[in-house]
Amino acid sequence: MIGLWHQVLSGLATGGIYASLALALVMIYQATHHVNFAQGEMATFSTYLAYTLLLAGAPYWAAFAVTVLFSFVLGVAIERVLLRPVAQAPALTLVGVFIGLLLILNALCGWIWDFTIKPFPSPFGSASMLGGLISSHELGSFAVILLVLLLVYVFFRFTKLGLAMRAVAYNPDSSRLVGIDVGAMLALGWGLAASIGAVAGLLIAPVVFLDPNMMTGTLLYAFAGALLGGLDSPVGAVLGGFLVGVIENVGGAYLVGTELKLTLALAVIAAVLVIKPSGLLGRAVASRV
Amino acid sequence: MSESLGTGLRALALVAALVIPLAFLSDYNLFRLTLVASYALALLGLNLLMGFGGQISLGHGAFLAVGSYTTGILVASFDVPYWATTPCAALLCGLLGFLVGWPALRLRGPYLALVTLALATAVPQGLKHPALETWTGGVQGILLSKPDAPWGLPLNPDQWLYLVAFLLDCMAFLLVARLMRGRIGRAIVAVRDQATAAEAMGINIASIKTRTFALSAMLAGIAGSISALAIEFVAPDSFSVFLSITLFVGAVVGGAASIAGAIPGAVFIVAVPSLANILSKSAPGIAYGAILILCLYALPSGVAGLFRRTRKRGRPRVDIRVAQAKPEETKHAA
Repeated sequence: MIGLWHQVLSGLATGGIYASLALALVMIYQATHHVNFAQGEMATFSTYLAYTLLLAGAPYWAAFAVTVLFSFVLGVAIERVLLRPVAQAPALTLVGVFIGLLLILNALCGWIWDFTIKPFPSPFGSASMLGGLISSHELGSFAVILLVLLLVYVFFRFTKLGLAMRAVAYNPDSSRLVGIDVGAMLALGWGLAASIGAVAGLLIAPVVFLDPNMMTGTLLYAFAGALLGGLDSPVGAVLGGFLVGVIENVGGAYLVGTELKLTLALAVIAAVLVIKPSGLLGRAVASRV
Repeated sequence: MSESLGTGLRALALVAALVIPLAFLSDYNLFRLTLVASYALALLGLNLLMGFGGQISLGHGAFLAVGSYTTGILVASFDVPYWATTPCAALLCGLLGFLVGWPALRLRGPYLALVTLALATAVPQGLKHPALETWTGGVQGILLSKPDAPWGLPLNPDQWLYLVAFLLDCMAFLLVARLMRGRIGRAIVAVRDQATAAEAMGINIASIKTRTFALSAMLAGIAGSISALAIEFVAPDSFSVFLSITLFVGAVVGGAASIAGAIPGAVFIVAVPSLANILSKSAPGIAYGAILILCLYALPSGVAGLFRRTRKRGRPRVDIRVAQAKPEETKHAA
């Protein structure tokens, strides 16, 4: 029984990381209906930047802050330069641009920082807590993620800017009519998504170690989480991320073994899309023909 | 140019494409050309699915893997003659494509890309699973050897395999071209452009989409089988998610909404890594990504579109190869 609780708790800890990456995906999806296939690689790139800062002797939290800020700028730049020109293009073009971005960022990481696997420090250490149930890194990253989610919630719920962004996501045309700068809001959304992704990258790197492909699996779980919760529901994405974390850990330990964890994510994705495509908390959409 | 002269020239070009490499290329270059031929088959399937069918797949590497492993396992563990394994791979992948295509029916655009990407990511892990190790060889993979030419033909194994791949390509391209020109081809394009109107015209959308997926997967399976014989080795890490992404890039760069585009796409896939590897290990990735994005901005119908633009005066016929319509506007139900 202790074993099960241990799996559930560490599932919640990694689930928090999936939840934040899922939230980043949902933020972009909500505003533009684009699925950002490069979200994981953007986070990896940010994490490498933090790695360089740490090597240069920066204190952890300073490096953390700089990385999050840099990711924000990177996100805004990507939206402005790469995506604005193809915003209305067919799905194939959009998927292509995201895949191109993924390839470029992935190869850039390997080019600048080479392909060897690197250890990445955790600010919380790896001591065992609560009688061996959870490690201090898991507990710490859980706390950071909760803080991030709280900040995001407060931003969207209680600030005027957050309201404007929600308005743009819901109805861009009407928002433009009441004087909201829709383009700026989209860029802001991308910046925030990139920042949240960077936090996820920084927190997962001590667990999976730093290499250019470290996010491939994580992104898959985040996709599964976002779909499970509903791609247009931020709350759902967070819930879905946590759920997928628990499913992955418990399922990996008791059901399919660690070799098939990714297949488990695939099964979750397929099941959601077949049984309830709008996800747990998503709205069903009807297409006008 | 008169019709018969055009056909004659085409036939001549085909014979040249077969004979010249056989006569003059070194074994290594012939091997690479065989790879081009096998990727061309996979891209033909991908173009059929993405360019004509409007269903985006980021997971065709999975079907390549199944095709390769079918050939590998049948030859290594069951002593099946190599020529009998390719039809098995085609059948198995067709069936699998049908099964994947069925839930994929509900998905449009990026969602299908997402599911197929998940499939491609999960496949190597599944291939390494200990339960299958007796047949798949686990991480070690399966060693094969190139088949010898039969009937005492004066060809070495590399030449023989190129000949086989070339003939398979000719057959597949001819069949797909004829398919696209007929009733089913028009139905596939109609479902892509205006699903509702197509349904109103009596087209069974579910059946068209799943069958397109099955045919596409079947072609990828044949490609996998041929490339397994050419490389003489099958291992799980050859089928990482990057293989699927590479195929996607090849399809878009060659021109997804064209049949001939599969050939420049395949040449691109085989040539770029070896050219870019001279620069650095990560250069292929950067080149793939940058060329992909450039193509999408500057050359939306790929290399094949470039050729089409330069020789506009062709026979007048219904152009089914125009770019896709804009995605439908979605409104919230509330």
